Amino acid sequence: MFDLILIKVLFGTFLLASSSAVVGVFSFLKGESLVGDAIAHALLPGVVLAFILGDGRHPGYLIIGALIAGLIAHYGITFIEQRTKLKSDTAVSLVLSTFFGFGILLMSYVQRTGQVQQAGLERFLLGKAAAITMMDLYVFMGLALLLLLGVALFYKGFQLMTFNEDFAAAIGLPTGLIRFAFTVLTVLAVTVGIQTVGVVLMAALLITPSAAARSWTSSLPRMLLLAALFASAAALGGTFISATLPKMPTGPWIVLVLGFFGFSSLILAPEKGWLARRKRATSNRNKTQRENLLKLLYGAEERAGEPVAMTADAMVDAREAHYEGLTMTLRNLKKEFLVVERPDGFALTDMGRSEGRRVVRLHRLWELYLTERLGMAADHIHPQAETMEHVITPEIEALIVKELGNPEVDPHQSPIPYEED
Amino acid sequence: MGKSIEVHNLTVSYHSKPVLWDVDFELPKGKIIGVVGPNGSGKTTMLKTIMGLMKPDSGYTEIFGQPLDKVRERVSYVPQRESVDWDFPADVMDVVLMGRYRKNNLFKRITKEDRRIATEALEKVNLLEFADRQISQLSGGQQQRVFIARSLAQQADIYLMDEPFVGVDAATEDAILKLLRDMKNEGKTVVIVHHDLQTANEYFDWIVLLNTRLVAAGPKEQVFTKELLQEAYGGRLTVLSKLGDLISDTEFPLREPDFKEDQPQD
Repeated sequence: MFDLILIKVLFGTFLLASSSAVVGVFSFLKGESLVGDAIAHALLPGVVLAFILGDGRHPGYLIIGALIAGLIAHYGITFIEQRTKLKSDTAVSLVLSTFFGFGILLMSYVQRTGQVQQAGLERFLLGKAAAITMMDLYVFMGLALLLLLGVALFYKGFQLMTFNEDFAAAIGLPTGLIRFAFTVLTVLAVTVGIQTVGVVLMAALLITPSAAARSWTSSLPRMLLLAALFASAAALGGTFISATLPKMPTGPWIVLVLGFFGFSSLILAPEKGWLARRKRATSNRNKTQRENLLKLLYGAEERAGEPVAMTADAMVDAREAHYEGLTMTLRNLKKEFLVVERPDGFALTDMGRSEGRRVVRLHRLWELYLTERLGMAADHIHPQAETMEHVITPEIEALIVKELGNPEVDPHQSPIPYEED
Repeated sequence: MGKSIEVHNLTVSYHSKPVLWDVDFELPKGKIIGVVGPNGSGKTTMLKTIMGLMKPDSGYTEIFGQPLDKVRERVSYVPQRESVDWDFPADVMDVVLMGRYRKNNLFKRITKEDRRIATEALEKVNLLEFADRQISQLSGGQQQRVFIARSLAQQADIYLMDEPFVGVDAATEDAILKLLRDMKNEGKTVVIVHHDLQTANEYFDWIVLLNTRLVAAGPKEQVFTKELLQEAYGGRLTVLSKLGDLISDTEFPLREPDFKEDQPQD
């Protein structure tokens, strides 16, 4: 299985995929994810023309053809955006479809005239990594290295132009040159990339690694590295699968593996990921429930003037708790020594009392803040305070207390319970 | 003292609609100068034109008596905070270091000296402890101070700031004001686009009062009069705004083909 061809193909795809991904990071951050797609489609007529006019087997002609078509397409999009009132997505679609249509037309022409190399042409549509010859490999390896070098060389320029173009222009950077360099690199990246995945799936190779990488890091150098790693892993994995299974195309497999990386990143990413957000939502719900229970017990003690116990049913009846998760919350509170279980129900420990007092205090402080500072009526403030009592941090509490001048009572004349010390 | 900025017969359009009509003024050096006017009065356009980010239809601007390109390293620019995406993957130090980027070091690595200057700038805006913080995690006031630190790192002689007081907390406002006074004491010139009349009188020494045309420019005692303020804030001139719409609709070219920017006809 590990024959020379496979190793060659693996190495080739690795280089091709990682170099396109690195260039794609900047398109992704600029919010121009579709431009790469448009350029990929627009390359087709250039590539086919190079086939017809030049020597189809030599990659040099293809690259020149692709470069010319890509640059025309890119400046076409820019021209339409600047000279008409069309939105940029319209300009992109317009150029994409026109060029692609023209490319398909040319391809049918080549097929009808029955030129010998026509079989090689089809690989540009869906990619065919296995069709890579040794000559292709050297040329594209050189291109990939050129791309990586280009990004390293222009790193400062690309970074600043992507983040804040006006500032780049204001400090006198050659913005035209930087933009041109980026366009050339994008076109080259697409030219390189379509060897493996083809025109139709090229956008995935440019953008998906960035989307996956962005989920894991907030540093641009690390993001570039991660995007390259994701793309390489996908390229290797995809090539491997298609080589192992009979009659499986490489490009679609690479893109599928990439998609898998992308979607799992969206789910698993720390903080911004779907799982992390679910976890946060659950933890917020639990916090609300436990603080409400402590507040409930504290309120009951406050009214009775002595320690009291409440059963779980009584808590639900008081509408501060719902059955869902109640037993578990009570068990946790017990474990943390905030409540004790007595024969007649649950009662606060000293620690629990202090925590319950804190929640009641925040509730009343916020009610007072709403009436004093936001001029809200006393009968409108309770619902908001129900939420804020779980949100306010000690720092914000200190700010409120200071701003209101150590208030004694809330708008309903209930005392604001401070910690006695 | 000499002039810091000169604006001569400047007319600028946005989407072929004139937003500045034949504006002409000169600003002194070593002052804190406010460009004040209602929303949509062309304040930002003015700043962008001075910074070469927008091409005027006619007229020209000079800084320290020379075209911008000759003195670029002495000029610093702080764009509006909302003009960038703060979700960009960078930390505070990364952004401040951008103030050290130059045409002639674009392809070179960031030096130790650059880092030292950036650190100093961060210290001046009280953000040193946030140097490694992701910019997306900053408050509005902190973001504004990052932009100002980046501008300080340019070590310029004149600073053009677009609405640095918008959406900042009281602490940031005080910090910026103190910084501005320090800069002035060092002989720097600061030009600030500002929309809030309430505070303008307190912040600035000089004021340019703008409402698509120049209403007045001069020391604040002379400009901050009831009559002039009413003129600036009492709505746009009907004739100007009708004419602007007409020019935009017909796409009439404002630029004279044989107009020479570097030869003002007096």
